[in-house]
Amino acid sequence: MLKLSDYVARIEETCGKEKSAIVTFKYSKKTEIINKILERAQLKRSIAGIIYELSFKGKSFRLYSSGKAIFKDVKKKEILSNILKELLL
Amino acid sequence: MSLNTSDIRADFPIFRRKINNNPLIYFDNAATTQKPRQVIESIKNFYENHNANVHRAIHTLSQEATELHENARGKIAQFINSKSSEEIIFSRGTTEAINLIAYSWGLKNLKKNDEILISEMEHHSNIVPWELISKRKECIVNYARVNNDGTLNFEDFKNKISKKTKIVSISHVSNVVGIVNEIKKIGKIAHENNSLILVDGAQSVPHMKVDVRDLDIDFLAFSGHKMLGPTGIGALYCKKEHYENMDPFQGGGEMIKEVNFNMKTQKSECVWNEPPWKFEAGTPNICGSIGLMEAVKYLNQIGMDKVWNHEKKLTKYTFDRLQECKKITIHGSLDVSLKCGIIPFSFQGLSSHDVALFADNFGIMIRSGYHCAQPLHQVFNLKSSARVSFYIYNTLEEIDRFVEVLREIEHF
Ligand SMILES: Cc1ncc(COP(=O)(O)O)c(C=O)c1O
Repeated sequence: MLKLSDYVARIEETCGKEKSAIVTFKYSKKTEIINKILERAQLKRSIAGIIYELSFKGKSFRLYSSGKAIFKDVKKKEILSNILKELLL
Repeated sequence: MSLNTSDIRADFPIFRRKINNNPLIYFDNAATTQKPRQVIESIKNFYENHNANVHRAIHTLSQEATELHENARGKIAQFINSKSSEEIIFSRGTTEAINLIAYSWGLKNLKKNDEILISEMEHHSNIVPWELISKRKECIVNYARVNNDGTLNFEDFKNKISKKTKIVSISHVSNVVGIVNEIKKIGKIAHENNSLILVDGAQSVPHMKVDVRDLDIDFLAFSGHKMLGPTGIGALYCKKEHYENMDPFQGGGEMIKEVNFNMKTQKSECVWNEPPWKFEAGTPNICGSIGLMEAVKYLNQIGMDKVWNHEKKLTKYTFDRLQECKKITIHGSLDVSLKCGIIPFSFQGLSSHDVALFADNFGIMIRSGYHCAQPLHQVFNLKSSARVSFYIYNTLEEIDRFVEVLREIEHF
């Protein structure tokens, strides 16, 4: 069975007043991950296939074609893990 | 004569790399710089041909390693025009060098209600050691204010310094706004008040000619990795006369001459080594010092005046080009004469992390966040900022590409 760690290489909290989380996806699965997320989340806007602004279950986030995503105002790691699980597994 | 960036770039193997299918553009030099092959080779050569511990054995390899390590100390002393290599203490970097003074000098000399004067523009590594020491010694840390353009508020500095101030610890160049502080003037006022002055040279020594004698400063801290050298090595310049007022920083081998064990009382009596070794406990970072020596040679060959002028040119050009981007606000002064090649900015409607991730898609490495200087962001009322910072291998063409990418993001 696939686990989140099969897709996610790292989650880092950013420094700055707004607490955001940067999710770095496994580079080798980048295309699969982006396709999955684009299928499951709602696309609000995008530029030239580089940044996608998306929303999933009321949570907005940005996905980058380099295989990273930024989630703003993430209060708890578990909430982010649950969103990622629903998006990827 | 300007810098020959194409020759320089050929010395940096990392620029062969592609990031997200784009040529690498490295604009995060205030965080750390890339390494030329001369530095990489010197480390390889040490491990392949001379590796041994220093100051310990009389065999050939140890003699060679010691000579290389001590030559490095001499080269670094010359680079900042220190009187002698004895005034150079090797450290892990700027952070450890500042901590060394805070503990070795601070614990011995600071008394209750004494004052330490820093500024609002300091990097955390020039704030936290003083806050820690002030708790132990019951003294007070004062922060000189910063003006809206990122320059030091000199009136406030003068108001906050007094005979109670025992040390002024201030950055030469702010790592957020790139403002160059007038250290000579600040040091003169410090000395008039019988205070010492420590200069955080993390962002100045790599980019300009820093002359400790001309500046007339007591301590200077800097990091090798920000000036083409390896990580884990840095230096503290310490005016020789202060050594007698400083206790060892850490204990162990190297820093000790004798440990006389009294069998009867079961106690040891220690005799310290001479400075600077008194402040260097344990096996030092030998390949680090050798790599840093090579970095210093590389910079000397170019000439620090050229390095400085090149960065000024890039900064001026970036200011001009960024005016085309309507959604960008540059923080701090736009007067290039006050600055070095560090430019913080915000992008309307996007967080600094978004801008950094967007640039990363195009192979452009920039920094986002607080840059370890949260107080200054609070003073500027910024949640965070994006930052570009230049070095010898950056080019005007790279700035053009960066602006092109920013214009792209404006459509978002
Ligand atoms: C002004 C300033 N001081 C101190 C430091 C800390 O340097 P290091 O992490 O190499 O010890 C930095 C690093 O960014 C800096 O920019």
